[in-house]
Amino acid sequence: MLLQSTSLSFAYPGQPSLSFPDFSLSGGEAVLLLGKSGSGKTTFLNLLAGLLSPSQGQVILDGTVLSALQGHRLDLFRGQHIGIVFQKPHLIAALSVKQNLELAQFLSKKKGASPISLLQDLGIAGKASAAVGTLSEGEAQRVSIARALVNSPKLILADEPTSSLDDLHAQRVVQLLKAQAAKIGAALVIVTHDQRVKSEVSQVLEVKSA
Amino acid sequence: MNLLTLSWKYLSFRPLSTGLNAILLAFGLAIITVLLLVQHQFEQKMTRDAAGIDLVIGAKGSPLQLILASVYHIDFPTGNIKMEEAQRISRNRLVKQVIPLAMGDNMQGFRIVGTNHDYLSLYEVSFAAGKAWEYPFEVTLGASAAQALGLKLGDSFTGSHGISVGSHDHDQQQFKVTGILAPTGKVVDRLVLTSIESVWYTHEEQGEESVATEEVELPIEEGTSHKEEAHDALAEALDPLKVPVAAQGFPTSNQEREVTSLLVRYRNPMAAIQLPRMINSATSMQAASPAFEMSRLFELLGVGISLLQGLAIALVVIAGLSIFIALYNSLKERKYDLAILRTLGASRVQLVTLVFLEGISLTTLGALLGIALGHGFLAIIVELTAQEVVSLVDPWLFLPEEGLIFGYALAVGLLASLIPAWSAYQTSIAKQLTKA
Repeated sequence: MLLQSTSLSFAYPGQPSLSFPDFSLSGGEAVLLLGKSGSGKTTFLNLLAGLLSPSQGQVILDGTVLSALQGHRLDLFRGQHIGIVFQKPHLIAALSVKQNLELAQFLSKKKGASPISLLQDLGIAGKASAAVGTLSEGEAQRVSIARALVNSPKLILADEPTSSLDDLHAQRVVQLLKAQAAKIGAALVIVTHDQRVKSEVSQVLEVKSA
Repeated sequence: MNLLTLSWKYLSFRPLSTGLNAILLAFGLAIITVLLLVQHQFEQKMTRDAAGIDLVIGAKGSPLQLILASVYHIDFPTGNIKMEEAQRISRNRLVKQVIPLAMGDNMQGFRIVGTNHDYLSLYEVSFAAGKAWEYPFEVTLGASAAQALGLKLGDSFTGSHGISVGSHDHDQQQFKVTGILAPTGKVVDRLVLTSIESVWYTHEEQGEESVATEEVELPIEEGTSHKEEAHDALAEALDPLKVPVAAQGFPTSNQEREVTSLLVRYRNPMAAIQLPRMINSATSMQAASPAFEMSRLFELLGVGISLLQGLAIALVVIAGLSIFIALYNSLKERKYDLAILRTLGASRVQLVTLVFLEGISLTTLGALLGIALGHGFLAIIVELTAQEVVSLVDPWLFLPEEGLIFGYALAVGLLASLIPAWSAYQTSIAKQLTKA
């Protein structure tokens, strides 16, 4: 198994503990973590990304227990092996499209895919030199997906990637993520409360507040 | 892509804020640059120009004015002294050497100084072309004067009365260039040097006495009724313009003559105690020591320089605060960016480095701009005041001390970045991502 999440729980200070379902994924597989607002979906995703340390349980990615990594080793591991797509693109506005992708490669110290060929795969190679501020919402979302993929990660985490998109674009984004994950053999976890994309992913996990 | 590039991208993404902060810092550092250049070169050049001159003797008045006019040629002379009295001083046992100076004219603002060849030895000059003056109305040009006036060997020109531009011309007698000095970096570069006789004859041409009556008194033949005719006859008989001038000491004259001042070298240390006192109390002249007067001047200038330094430091502090505010605000807006960078693999240390690089890059830009502004400003001032005191300063001389300006800028950048960098270090990724 590429990704294993076992007995994960987390508690914010002064709040009841949140427990999350166990699951595992092989390379190229995808899972949809579905839940209502406030159910702890984003917390679950943060635990999977190593952005939060679990109170209990562990996340194992390709044999590495995330909670065993600390400081810069964890940052570097995340940069090299985990690609994250956020609800909003959140690109670095001071950089061009291509530079956003190069930045991800520089910070992770990993020579992954060629930024240009990746942009070509996503149909936005023509925007490589464009300023981020000139992109449409759909283009910006594609660039953020390219940034998550540029280091050829083992795990792709997508946090509400479709919430601000219409039906057609929501479907396209999920299909794009699935196709790219399959192409590089990465595990894909999509966290959403968007019922529209339920049919796009065969494996669905319900996240409920403990 | 690297952190330095990223920091520059962030800075250039906010051109107005970056530009204004860099300019604000540059103004403070430009003032410091100007002060540094002026103070350093002023003291150095002033000291060098006064080397070998123990005492200056001239007409009574301000001793500082006497020094400024006679040594640095940047003020009006206090008046003239009788040559007879000056010669008496030169024979004093405490005096080793006396160089007489006669002033009163200029060529487009460059002072025409009458003296002897000892003046050339005093400043250890060498000739770029030609030789020293030998006859009346022959001149040797300092390097800067020759360049600015566009004169070359053999050229002739007319001097103007007074020591600043705008006076009437002495158009009856032309000076001829017989020598051009190589640059020395000393006051002599800005002078038009000639014999004392030239200065005397220039002023006589419009006056009562004729040049032709100098030295010789020839009987006027009976029957010659008009004075003009007599003068013509005398001029033909003996033309003083064809008599070589004094290369050392004082010129000889049968008339009552004056010089402007004397540059004196002591024979022994005892002279420093006795000679000035004797001159100031027992003669109609005054004696002033360049070393003493200059230290007094630097002391006076020091107050002004300290004030300007204070102003410059205040500007640099204000610029530092402004950079801090700009970085802090920009970082507040970019908290989410920082969180994104962390998700991409950036460590906390890299974020701190990024903030410091932004601060230091901004202040380095300010320092470069400040130094360039300082030199440029000085160059303009020097250009506009070619014959005045500021012209002593070389605006394009780069001092090792200017490295300190980079030091100040670096310190300002580091201090201004300290709190924003700490804030970046503390950024919680999960919290920021949840907030967005």
